Amino acid sequence: MSKINIHQIREQFPILKCTVYGKPLAYFDNAATTHKPDRVVRKIKEVYESMNSNIHRGVHYLSNQATMAYEQARNKVQIFINAAHSHEVIFTSGATGAINLLANSFADTYLSEGDEIIISHMEHHSNIVPWQMVCKRKKALLKVIPINSHGELLLDEFEKLLSTKTKLVAVTYVSNTLGTVNPIEEIIEKTHANNSLMMVDASQAVQHLKVDVKTMDTDFLVFSGHKIYGPTGTGVLYGKEKLLNEMEPWQGGGEMIKNVSFEQTTYNELPFKFEAGTPNIAGSIALGEAIDFVSELGIENIAEYEDELLNYATEQFLQIPGMRIFGTASKKASVISFLVNDIHPFDMGTLLDKMGLAVRTGHHCTQPIIDYFGIPGTLRASIAVYNTKEEIDRLVAGITKVAQMFG
Amino acid sequence: MTIKEIQDEIVEEFSSFEEWMDKYAYLIELGNDLEPYNDQYRVEQNILEGCQSKVWLHAWMEDGKVYYMGDSDAIIVKGIVALMIRALSGQSPQDIIDSDLSFIDEIGLKEHLSPTRSNGLVAMIKQMRLFAIAFKAQQA
Repeated sequence: MSKINIHQIREQFPILKCTVYGKPLAYFDNAATTHKPDRVVRKIKEVYESMNSNIHRGVHYLSNQATMAYEQARNKVQIFINAAHSHEVIFTSGATGAINLLANSFADTYLSEGDEIIISHMEHHSNIVPWQMVCKRKKALLKVIPINSHGELLLDEFEKLLSTKTKLVAVTYVSNTLGTVNPIEEIIEKTHANNSLMMVDASQAVQHLKVDVKTMDTDFLVFSGHKIYGPTGTGVLYGKEKLLNEMEPWQGGGEMIKNVSFEQTTYNELPFKFEAGTPNIAGSIALGEAIDFVSELGIENIAEYEDELLNYATEQFLQIPGMRIFGTASKKASVISFLVNDIHPFDMGTLLDKMGLAVRTGHHCTQPIIDYFGIPGTLRASIAVYNTKEEIDRLVAGITKVAQMFG
Repeated sequence: MTIKEIQDEIVEEFSSFEEWMDKYAYLIELGNDLEPYNDQYRVEQNILEGCQSKVWLHAWMEDGKVYYMGDSDAIIVKGIVALMIRALSGQSPQDIIDSDLSFIDEIGLKEHLSPTRSNGLVAMIKQMRLFAIAFKAQQA
């Protein structure tokens, strides 16, 4: 039996009680963004009401309060991902912001003409385009690990791509479109054996399974706050101290500076070196609160409950005639990408919406995956800890009804 | 009929549906009944690409009137394309440029008009007007 008390959890998310078109909402778009528990929303309000001030630069009371809360949130992230130091945690605007920061700083410090960066065929656009941009700028080469029809990475092919030119391997832990949980430790091991550095995109992992940067021994890791019950506009870049110290900062201004003259500027120490400008103070503090929410429930308990729902949903989905599930890896997180017969995802998504069933449709910002399967896109039902079996039953009934409408 | 009269007629038709299901079933029917798109015009420059679905649009001029041909890979969007063609095809360039296409909103499909990348409907209306502007410029 799962240790999750679903009633207590749902009570913390008032938005789940809303109705759309007169129907109760069943929200299955959690891979795009999760809802926020009461305590996270209240935390944002509390910051603006009781400690609003700029951080790290005021001698006055409020500035100290805000600085302490902000740094406490950083400590929470450190403990959550088991980083060695809190200054290895850089607050960013999101996973996209984190990858762009890393890509630019990394390229300026470590990347030369002819070098290679390896990504995979199942990356989100945010883990493709920044690398394309810096590769173009540095005349470096971007290589791609292929996938098979189950949506699994071909590790043999990955090994063939590794060479002395490989500077970095940047791969997602969990695929947002296929749900695949990649054998990330094995990938990191092979990467390090090749003397290359590793970045893990944990945007779809931190909310579903235990992420421990020490055990996996990754050099860099990113995730966004809004997919782990935190506010939008928040995110994290983790990097090993030594590497972060070596890297050039990407953006200039604000807290990242120690001394500025028109001749020379010296940069601040970690983590401030990478946090230019006034950051999303309230957002990052509230992200700390979201991490408390997840930690108190226990990530293992969340994983167990979501697995139960995923297995139930998969079984029920497969009862629907004409159902095709994309992403059938042996190890999956709670995402089901599917099509029924030849019904266009937009058509089915539109009609499900009218029944109060929120799913994502389209290419999920992973066009290479959609192209691989040669389809116009998929419908994606992604499950969070507040979803229920009853909601899955409603979704299955909804899909069945739409399929009947299209004959 | 003027564009305004055609729109009124469409709004009237849709007002007879009480259930949203019937509205969409009708759109699906319209989509299925839309005159086939000539593959000759299924070219890159005639594609309006949204995040969710594709729309093909072609226009030509005959006796001072603009005519449209359209298609989409999603049936609901195709139904809306059918309505747009019914509203604007066979009208003068100036009337198309001046038209106020409020019927989409009035028949309860406003969510399809959001100015996002979701389905390209806004782009479709814009493209239909652009064709009209181009034809008007040719006339002058």
